[in-house]
Amino acid sequence: MKNGSIITIQNLVKSFPIGGGEFTALNGINLTFAKGEFSGIVGPSGSGKTTLLNILGSLDSPSKGETNVLGTASGQMNPKVAASLRKKHIGFIFQTYNLMSVYTVYENVEFPLLLLKKPAAERRAAVLEALEWVGLTDKIKSKPPMLSGGESQRVAIARAMVKKPDLVLADEPTANLDAENSHHILQTMEELNKELETTFVFATHDEKVIGYLRRIIRLEDGKVVSDENIKTRNS
Amino acid sequence: MIAFKLAYKNLMGAGLRTLLIVFVLSLAYVLIVYMNGLYQGWDRQARIETIAWEVADGQYWQEHYDPYDPMTLVDAHTTVPAQLEALAAEGKAAPVLITQATIYPEGRMMGVLLRGIDTRQKLLSLPTQKLDPDSEEITAMVGTRLAKSAGLQEGDDLLIRWRDVNGTFDATELKITGIFYSTVPAVDQGQVWIPLKTLQEITGMPGEATMVVMGSAPENGSTLAGWEFKGHDFLFKELEEMIQMKSVGGSIFYTIILALALLAVFDTQVLSIFRRQREIGTYIAMGMTRKQVVGIFTVEGGMHAILAVILGALYGFPLLLWTQKSGIKMPEGTDDFGMAAAEHMYPYYSLILVIGSIILVTLATTIVSYLPSRKISKMNPNDAIRGKIQ
Repeated sequence: MKNGSIITIQNLVKSFPIGGGEFTALNGINLTFAKGEFSGIVGPSGSGKTTLLNILGSLDSPSKGETNVLGTASGQMNPKVAASLRKKHIGFIFQTYNLMSVYTVYENVEFPLLLLKKPAAERRAAVLEALEWVGLTDKIKSKPPMLSGGESQRVAIARAMVKKPDLVLADEPTANLDAENSHHILQTMEELNKELETTFVFATHDEKVIGYLRRIIRLEDGKVVSDENIKTRNS
Repeated sequence: MIAFKLAYKNLMGAGLRTLLIVFVLSLAYVLIVYMNGLYQGWDRQARIETIAWEVADGQYWQEHYDPYDPMTLVDAHTTVPAQLEALAAEGKAAPVLITQATIYPEGRMMGVLLRGIDTRQKLLSLPTQKLDPDSEEITAMVGTRLAKSAGLQEGDDLLIRWRDVNGTFDATELKITGIFYSTVPAVDQGQVWIPLKTLQEITGMPGEATMVVMGSAPENGSTLAGWEFKGHDFLFKELEEMIQMKSVGGSIFYTIILALALLAVFDTQVLSIFRRQREIGTYIAMGMTRKQVVGIFTVEGGMHAILAVILGALYGFPLLLWTQKSGIKMPEGTDDFGMAAAEHMYPYYSLILVIGSIILVTLATTIVSYLPSRKISKMNPNDAIRGKIQ
């Protein structure tokens, strides 16, 4: 892994069997992500954004090439190691929020800490802090069906951030939100990125998200077509 | 612990569906305990009654004696060994002489077994004090079943015919001096009891017996020349087999209930895994292994059984306690099965029975919960996160 980088990808190829043949979703990807980046993988549907994000999140493995995420190489990545990596170091934010409907907001946010077997007092403090970041301390006892889309996604952000992970992977986090809520969510994530130095990697084709990114990696047909650093926000 | 917490939350979230499954499962628990308790109670009661009325702590049988073959009775008598005679004198043994006979109640002819017993014996509950060995008449007692079928009452004279040791027929009249009620049909149906000495005299078998009922099983060796000791293991074998056979019939009922409940659990699991793919994917994304997720769903299904224990205890405990205290009235003619059966049957719920039933149902529920949950280990988490049906 290069100095200061938390993710390196070398000659990554990912293909899926389709019918009798094979579909190549990612082809020859070489990328490096540094700690504290607020970057996005941008491209049209089917360009391979989500596949790349899944590989970074150790939910999928490369067909060829090498990845190294937070010091764990893809070659060492058995299901147990991958689960441990996700549990300790990676937070996920999904387009559809994926909150557990039978749990309260508090319990949803607490869940990653339960998996980490944190003591109750520590859990409580962390959950309240995370809910404060997203401005939902008044919704502690609510259940997800009682929340708006924006509130639900804020809970999902709190859940991803509560364990203070090194890396947050967000797959189309604003796809189901209106413009106002989208900006609110993105501002929250930007603040957390600055405050906690958490690395954020987005997969998106939403212009609102793109406006917040400090690094934009464009994918087309499974290949990186551009990788630019943005000095100042243009929104 | 997380698995239990999650399982509990999810089950509570499922509401009425959970309640219905838990209720049917609890019914299975209560029925299993009740039915087995009933048979255990019957077995226990039959043992106690049979010990009290018929076998005491075991019996020495004359070597030719076979209770299932009346033809053996001709040869199944010999002098009571001195050791047993000594015990009988101390009231620790009771010799019984058995021979075939025919009675003629109201002009009808009925085959019976004529049993001679020491009138001073205290080992068996038979009211032998109603027999008088010194009376000029031959005093006799019968059980209520024989009294009913032969139309006999206390004070009646009864013509009886038997063969003595030489095979010569003889006949006389007996005086019925006692009619007793016993829950043990073997001492009642077709049995006429007279004093041992009298029977030995009229058959020409002085000092002889067919069996000796023992107050306590012999400690050192069980064989005396010409006699074989039969302990409880042997004497209750038939009773146990009979109860075992009946309990198999009874188990069909609760097996059906249990199968219905397990089917409901299985269906719920299949539906749950189908509907909650997004949740499954999220668990994996948050750092759970597939095995752990399978564990959560298995615990969730298995928890139906735990909730059923609680619900079953709520209504089952007072219900079972009540049946144990007040007993269950047995239908007329239950003792026609040929085993001891009192008017009221008192179920016996042992701790082993209750714990065994809980383990059985919980294990079965966990297995049927695990079977559909195995599908999770083959799921693609990326598709699961998106709720794609797999």
